Formats: sequence, C-alpha cells, structure tokens
Amino acid sequence: MSVTEAAGTRPRNETAPGAEPIIVVDNVSKSFGPLQVLHGVSLTIERGTMVAIVGRSGSGKSTLLRCMNALEEINGGTIQVCGNRVAMDDRASVKRLRSEVGMVFQSYNLFPHLTVLRNITLALTVVQKKSRADADAIAHKVLGLVGLADKAEAYPEQLSGGQAQRVAIARSLALSPKVLLFDEVTSALDPELTGEVLKVMEDLARDGMTMVLVTHEMAFARRLADIVVFMHQGKVWEAGPPAEIFADPKTPELRQFLSSGL
Amino acid sequence: MISYSFDFSFLLTAWPAFLRGAWLTIVLAGTSIALGFVLGLVCAILRSGKSKLLSGLVGIYVEVIRNTPFLVQVFIVYFGLPSLGLRLSAETSAVIALVINTGAYSSEIIRAGIDSIAKGQLEAAECLGLNKLQVYWHIILIPAVERVYPALSSQFVLLMLSSSITSQISAQELTAEANMIQSETFRSFEVYLIVAAVYLALSVLFRVVLWGIGQFAFVRRRKLRT
Repeated sequence: MSVTEAAGTRPRNETAPGAEPIIVVDNVSKSFGPLQVLHGVSLTIERGTMVAIVGRSGSGKSTLLRCMNALEEINGGTIQVCGNRVAMDDRASVKRLRSEVGMVFQSYNLFPHLTVLRNITLALTVVQKKSRADADAIAHKVLGLVGLADKAEAYPEQLSGGQAQRVAIARSLALSPKVLLFDEVTSALDPELTGEVLKVMEDLARDGMTMVLVTHEMAFARRLADIVVFMHQGKVWEAGPPAEIFADPKTPELRQFLSSGL
Repeated sequence: MISYSFDFSFLLTAWPAFLRGAWLTIVLAGTSIALGFVLGLVCAILRSGKSKLLSGLVGIYVEVIRNTPFLVQVFIVYFGLPSLGLRLSAETSAVIALVINTGAYSSEIIRAGIDSIAKGQLEAAECLGLNKLQVYWHIILIPAVERVYPALSSQFVLLMLSSSITSQISAQELTAEANMIQSETFRSFEVYLIVAAVYLALSVLFRVVLWGIGQFAFVRRRKLRT
C-alpha cells in the first residue's frame, strides 16, 4: 500500500460509479426489547468507497454498523456482505464474514495481556494457521503502514490512545479484509491524537480500501467520504456525496443536525 | 513478674523431625495448590458458563465450603468417608480436604477475573475470527488468571498455613511433628516459636516461588515489572 498519493481529491472517486456492491443492507429492522432502533434501513456500499454514517447519538448508526458485522442480530430484512447473507445463527456464514470484514472500535479493544505484535499475530496464527514467522512478517508490515514499526514489543498500556487505535487498525488490516468498519474510532481521543488516526484512515482510503465509518468527524467525512449517510430515528434520512449532503441538505432534520455544529 | 528461661537444647535431637514436618507441609501444600488451582479453574468456568444447572451446583459447592470450618471438612473426609468404605491415609485425606477447600476459594477469585474481562474484548476477538473456544482460552481465561494471580497467590499461601489443621488427623506435617516434640520435651513455648518461624520461612518461600511462576507464566508481568 502506498501513501504517496497527492493530497486533495481522491483519484478513485473518478473511477466509474455503480461498481460492484460489497455490502447490501435491505430493509433491515432491529429492536432492543421494546425499543426499535432500526426502521427498514436500506443501504448499498460499493467496493473501494468510503461511506461515512453520521447522525445524532441514538440514531441507530452504530447499531447498523454492528449488524453489518453480525455483532447484533437483525429482526427483519437482509444484509449481504461480499455476496453472502449475514446470519448470526449460521456459523459458516459468520466465519466467512469475519474473514472478509475487519472492525475497529471506539475503545480500541486491544488485548492488554499481549504485546502489540502478538495482538496482531494472534488471529493470523490461531485463525489463519499461519506460522509464527509469517505472522510476524505481516505484523511488522502493517505496523509500518500505521507508522508504529517501533512499537511491536510494547504492551497496550504503554501506548497513547492514538497509537492504540492505530494498532487496532493494523490488527484488522493484517487479516487482509475486504471491508473495514470503524465505529466512532476517534471519539475517545484528544483532538491532537485524532489527527494521527484519521491520517491512517485517509491512507487506507487512498489505497482503495472499502470503509464504512460511523463518525462525528464532519470535516473528515466531507473531505474524504464518497457517500455520506445521515441517519435519524433509525432510518437513512438522506444519503449522497458529501458535496450534496453538506451544501444542500434536503430535510430540516439534516439542516438542523449540520447547524448544531457537531 | 514471672521468669521463664528459654531452653532450645532439644533442637539438637529434634531438628530432623522439624525438617520432616516442614517437608511434608511443602508436599501437602504444593500438591493441593496444583490440584486446587485446576479444580478452581474448572469451577470458575462452569460457574460463569451458560448451564444454569452446573453453575448452580458449583455455587452450592462454593458456598458450603466457604461457610463451614476447614477442620470439620477435614474430619468429614478422614472420619466420614471410611463409613462409605473409602479408607484413606491421613496425608491423602489432608490433600483431598485442602483441594476441595482451596478449589472453592480459587474458583471465586478466578471468576472475578473472568467477570472483569470487558465485553469489547470478546467482540474484538470475535471480529478477528476467533471461535468460541479460542476466545475463551486466549481472551478470557489467560488474562483473567493473570489479573487475579496476586490474589490467587495469597490464597495459596493461606492454604499452606491452613495445612497445619490437618495435624488434627495426624497427617505428620510440621504442626503434628511439633505436637509430638513438645509432648516429649515439654518445651511448648520454644517448640511453637520455632514452628511459627518455620511457617514464616515457608510463607516467604511460597510467595517467592509463586511470584517466580507468575513471572514465568505471564510475560507482561515480567516485562512491565508489575
């Protein structure tokens, strides 16, 4: 992966639109007990694009992301990832899903008892059955990509939040996923640490990784997302290229959300 | 003021008995720690597992053991089991009672460790493709035991000290040897002072060994000097 692309517009934005769909969310509903959080959400995400899901707390955006990765069971509708239907009760489908989708969390969720290197190689050796040497090589490579080559032997508690989140991204990258999901990955970080994480995500986007992020980083979404999805009350309220969404909101809800200065 | 003149001369002949007793204490406690840890681990897994029945049974076991005197537990094993046709030596009975006792306490300690693992850890591991068993081993059990290891170590030292109670069924460990010596020499004060000193030394020894095991087993502890 190269990180040498010139800043500014993303070259891949210019590739033909309407390419291959990689995630297809169709009429998905989800309730937690009596509380319905998703009301018939439909969304198609194409290979090589970055989709930013924005919205207020409680709008269902994180839940939608978690449903895409079978962390939550859906009550209605279907979700397809890489052509396979996601079903939590179907072990084979979940196993396939895990090999195709990586996820990064707000709270990093690094394994505290393992070194940075082992955090990354654990799944490579245990799940993918790679040799320790091969796994180490991959780990060093992805650590280089996130600019933390020198932290391989550190433990998570010795890292700053920004570093920990970059390790978490590297850990997902090591498994060569087709899609990366980011669940408010900078929300727990100081502004100065946010930048280094966004920089890594920007590099990934430039290299054509399919990314879905739930985020509060409006400037980042505006600059780099191909599609911005505004969720409100468990529905996709508006979706479109950032230029349209930010410059010309169609609904009063989005207008109000944007003006609330998040 | 009452005057008392200390006389430790009996040590000249009695020291091998002290040594024998200390050695048996080490053997009893060492065996019981190893087996009790395994029992505690299994019970902690069952207790925090999905099966309500197994979890309930372990719960009953833990509460019964923690709410009855160890001496009584020892008596039940040594004097009770023969009524069922199971006649065991004092040493074997002592180990069984110690294992059952320490298994209950360790399972509660380990369970606290298991409960302390954040849900996010499990989700992250699932997202990386680890199956249930792999998650349990790599993400729950190992860090859980690492986290509660200091508490477990203290429990194991306590176990070593409680092994003195098994002198009551004539397991010839340190306290039992001391009882014999004092009944022959009538130097109770001196004998039990020596025994206390030996137990103190054994405690230090156990702590050092357990610490060493922790350093060996949990690399992070070694690296971060915690």
